[in-house]
Amino acid sequence: MSTQKDIEEPSYLDYKGKYKGIFSWILSTDHKRIALLYLYSILAFFATGATIGLLMKFELIAPGKTIMTAQTYNAFFTLHGIIMIFAVVIPGLPAVFGNFLLPIMIGAKDVAFPRLNLLSWYFYVMGVSLVLISQFTGQGPPDTGWTFYAPYSFRTTGNMLPAVFGAFVLGFSSILTGLNFLVTIHRMRAPGMTWLKMPLFPWTLYATGWIQLLATPIIGITLLMIIAERTLHIGFFDPALGGDPILYQHLFWTYSHPAVYIMILPAMGAISEIIPTFSHKTLFGYNFMVASSLAIAFVGYFVWGHHMFTSGMSSTALYAFSLLTFLVAIPSAIKVFNWIATMHKGSIDLQTPFYWAMGFIFVFMIGGFSGLILGSLATDIHLHNTHFVLAHFHFIVFGGTGFAFFGAMHYWYPKITGKMYDSRWANIGLFLFLTGFLVLYGTMFYLGYEGMPRRYYDYDEIFHTGNIISTMGSWVLYSGLGIIIINLFASLKSGTKAPSNPWGGKTLEWSIPSPPPVENFKEIPVITKGPYSYK
Amino acid sequence: MSTILVKHRDDLASKTGMWFFLFTELLLFGGLFIVYSVYRYRNATAFHLAAQELSVFIGTINTIILLVSSTTIAMSITAIRKQNKKFAVVLLGLTIILGLAFLVNKYFEWGEHFKEHIYPGSSILALRGHGDVLFYGLYFFMTGLHALHIIIGLIFILVITISILRNRITSDNYVLLENSGLYWHLVDLIWIFLFPLFYLIT
Repeated sequence: MSTQKDIEEPSYLDYKGKYKGIFSWILSTDHKRIALLYLYSILAFFATGATIGLLMKFELIAPGKTIMTAQTYNAFFTLHGIIMIFAVVIPGLPAVFGNFLLPIMIGAKDVAFPRLNLLSWYFYVMGVSLVLISQFTGQGPPDTGWTFYAPYSFRTTGNMLPAVFGAFVLGFSSILTGLNFLVTIHRMRAPGMTWLKMPLFPWTLYATGWIQLLATPIIGITLLMIIAERTLHIGFFDPALGGDPILYQHLFWTYSHPAVYIMILPAMGAISEIIPTFSHKTLFGYNFMVASSLAIAFVGYFVWGHHMFTSGMSSTALYAFSLLTFLVAIPSAIKVFNWIATMHKGSIDLQTPFYWAMGFIFVFMIGGFSGLILGSLATDIHLHNTHFVLAHFHFIVFGGTGFAFFGAMHYWYPKITGKMYDSRWANIGLFLFLTGFLVLYGTMFYLGYEGMPRRYYDYDEIFHTGNIISTMGSWVLYSGLGIIIINLFASLKSGTKAPSNPWGGKTLEWSIPSPPPVENFKEIPVITKGPYSYK
Repeated sequence: MSTILVKHRDDLASKTGMWFFLFTELLLFGGLFIVYSVYRYRNATAFHLAAQELSVFIGTINTIILLVSSTTIAMSITAIRKQNKKFAVVLLGLTIILGLAFLVNKYFEWGEHFKEHIYPGSSILALRGHGDVLFYGLYFFMTGLHALHIIIGLIFILVITISILRNRITSDNYVLLENSGLYWHLVDLIWIFLFPLFYLIT
C-alpha cells in the first residue's frame, strides 16, 4: 500500500535524539514518545485503581467486615474514584491516543507546543503523586469520596490537602493538553484538510479541548476554595459561617458533568474511526457526527443539576435540568444510529478492534438508557445514591471509555509498536472482560433498584445473593483484563512485524510506516478527499 | 536523512494559545464572581456596610496604577516594533515599578485590616456576623488570588525584559512580549471588576 520505502528514516522508537536511555523518553518533546509516557503511567494507575476496586468488591461479598475496616473502605472508594476519574479516564484517550495520533491524522509533524506537551505530563505525574502522598502522610487518608463534598471535606481529619491540591494540578495538566490540541487543530492541519475533511477522532478531540479549557478552571477554583476553607476557615461552604454547601455541589458539577464528556467524546471518536475501517465503508452521516460531537460538548454544560435532584433546588430548576438531560441524549443516539448505519451493507472484517467497538455500543447503550431513568425526576428520587447510579456510570465511564480505550489500543497497536498482537488471546481476553463486566455491573442495577445504597461498607442480608454474583463478576473481569494486558506486552516481543496499513484504514496514520518516523511525514501530504473515502 | 528537527515558528499559534489560556483565567475568576453574587444577594445589607469600610482612595490609586501599567506595556510593544530597544526596556521597567507599587499599596491596605483583627478565621470578625465574614473572606481570597497573578505577571515581564536586553526578543520576534502584555491586560481587567465589586458598590 505505502509508497514510502525509506530505510534511512529511523522510527520514533529508534531515534535517540539528544539524550540517552530513560532521558530520551522523559525529556523528549516528540508527541509520540509523550503519548507512550502517558500510556505507561495511565496503565500503572489504572492497575492500581482496578486492584482497589477488586478489593472493595471482595469486601462486599458478605455483609459485615470481610477483609477491611469501614474506614479503610471509605479511603479505598475515595482513592479509587480520584485515580480512576482524574488520572485514568479523563486523560486516557486524549493524552495517549490524542497525543500520538492527532498530529498524524491531521498531517502535522507535532503538536503546536511540544514543550508544553511534555510539561503537562510532568503536571500529570506531580498531581497523581500528590494524591498518592495523601494516602501515607498526615492523619489518615482522605475519606470523602472523589467528589470532596462540603462541609465534610473540610471537617474530616483525613489528609485532604495533598489530595485536593493533586486534583487541582491534574486539572492544570488537562487544561494544557486541551489548549495544545485546540491550537494544533486550528493552525496545523495539512494543506487541503478543511474542517469538514478532518477525521472524526480529531473532531472529538477538538470538542473535548473546549470542554477541558472552559470547564476545568471551575473545578480548579472550587478546589482552591476547599483548600482555603480548610486552612483559613473562610466560610465559602461552611453553614456555621454563613456559607452554603449546596453552592459547592453546583460548582463541583459545573465541571464534573462536562468532564464526563471529556471522557466519552474521544471514546466516541475512536469508535468512529474503528467502525468505518472494519466495515470498509464511508462513515455514515459524517456531518451529523461532527455536529453531534459539538452539540454534546455544548449541551453537556447545562445538565450538571441532574446530580443534585435530591440536594434541594427549586422545582423550575429541577424540570429544566431534567429536560436538558433528555436533550443531551439525542446527539449520543444520533451517533449510535450512524455507527450501525455505517455497518449496514458494509464488508465487515471481524477483527479484535471491531469486537471492542461492538462491545462499546452495547454497554454504552445500556449506560445511556439507564442515564435517562436517572434523569427523570420521579425515578431518580428512588434510585439516587444507590448501586443503580454506580452501575449507570460504570457502564458509561468504564464501559464506554474503557471499551473504547482498549478498542483504540488494539486498533492502533500495530501503528504505535510496529508489531501485531496475538488476536486469539486478545479475543479471549475481551470475552472474559465483557462477561465479567456485565455480571459485575449488571447485577448492580438490580441491587440499586432494590435499594442498596452506594458507598456502604455493610448491607442487609437481602442483598447478599446479588453481591456474591457481582463480586464473582469482578474476578472474571479482572482476569480478562490481565489476559488483555499480558497479551499486549508479550506481543511486543513475540509479535510479527506490522505492515504500515494492516486493517486497510483510509486515514493519514495508515499512510506512513509502522512505527512512524520521528517527523511523521517525509512530505506534508496534500488532502483532496474526505477522511473515509471507500468505494 | 531529514531527522534534523527544523526550527519553526508560528506567532499566530502562540497568540491563539495565549488567548485560550486567558479564557481559562476568566473562568477561574468567573467561579469566584458567581460565589460573590450568590452571597451578595443573600447578605445585601452586610455587604453594603462592609464595603464602606474599604478605602476607596487606595483602591482608586491602585486602579490608576494598573491602568497606567497596561499602557506602558502596550507602548513597549510598539517601541520594540520600531526597533527602539532602549525605550522598550525603560517602559517595561516602568511597568514593573508600577506593579510593585500596586503590591505595596495592597500590603498597607491588608495590614490595616489585620490591625483591626479583620482576617479569615478571626474570632473578632466572626462576632460581626455571617455577612461580614463572607465579605471579607471573599475580599481576601479574590484580591489575594489577583495579587498572586500580579506577582506571576511581574516575573514574566522581568524575564521578557532580560530577553530584550540579550537580544532574544527583537523587532521581528516579539510574540513573547505580546503574550506577556495580553496576560498583564487580563490581570488589569480582572481588577477593573474587583474594584467596583468590593469598593464602589455600597
